Amino acid sequence: MRTLLVASAVAVAAAGLAGCGEKQPVTVYKQGQYQGKPDARPWENDLFKGDKLAWERAVKARNTGQNEYAKAAQ
Amino acid sequence: MARMKFLCDAERCIECNGCVTACKNEHEVPWGVNRRRVVTLNDGLPGEKSISVACMHCSDAPCMAVCPVDCFYKTSEGVVLHDKDLCIGCGYCFYACPFGAPQFPQDGAFGLRGKMDKCTFCAGGPETDHSATEFRKYGRNRLAEGKLPACAEMCSTKALLGGDADIIADIYRTRVLKRGKGSEVWGWGTAYGKPERAPTPPAGAKS
Repeated sequence: MRTLLVASAVAVAAAGLAGCGEKQPVTVYKQGQYQGKPDARPWENDLFKGDKLAWERAVKARNTGQNEYAKAAQ
Repeated sequence: MARMKFLCDAERCIECNGCVTACKNEHEVPWGVNRRRVVTLNDGLPGEKSISVACMHCSDAPCMAVCPVDCFYKTSEGVVLHDKDLCIGCGYCFYACPFGAPQFPQDGAFGLRGKMDKCTFCAGGPETDHSATEFRKYGRNRLAEGKLPACAEMCSTKALLGGDADIIADIYRTRVLKRGKGSEVWGWGTAYGKPERAPTPPAGAKS
């Protein structure tokens, strides 16, 4: 009888403490590392030959060209 | 140079679909794939508004976060691109994207889902610039030619602006100030306003 009581007490304690070991059910997502092939930068080609400033000038000219208020002022 | 972004001015967009056509023509996009599309709100009602939507090249892109094979990368100009050789066509990016940008070609029978295709900001992909392989997989690489995306450059009313975020935000701000209208649409004061100037120190104060 005593053995049964001890066994049931241990079982209840184990069941009660089982919840204490639970981890947070919230998944933390981590940004992965890119696994694909490397890509060249837009100025690293035959056209700009690595001249970043020339590429930036070309893109900036097109960028500002979208502003027709600036065009009208010229 | 700041990050590359698109901005569509709903006051100017006339739903001509010129941007959609320009994109399809420039990259020879297959049938059923729409890298860009025009969305109209309150269609047919007075005061309807249209905007052109494609990949917005998010600063914190959800497609990059959910991709199980990590095939996405971001260039130094802030353009979100992906490696089609690595893509498994699972469609997670499609569910994650709030703009519906990722597209999947439906080739063959049984609705087979091919590898993901999306707007590249006309910046090609991870292949040799201007090569036939790059064109076949990702379309033309206009950025490497010193040009901006075809959709923005072809826009007849200049509703769709594309390029350096600082410059296009400046262009949009100028428009809003000139016409006195439009700030309510995008909240430019908070999103695109210039940083507040630091208060000038009183004369004789030590810095």
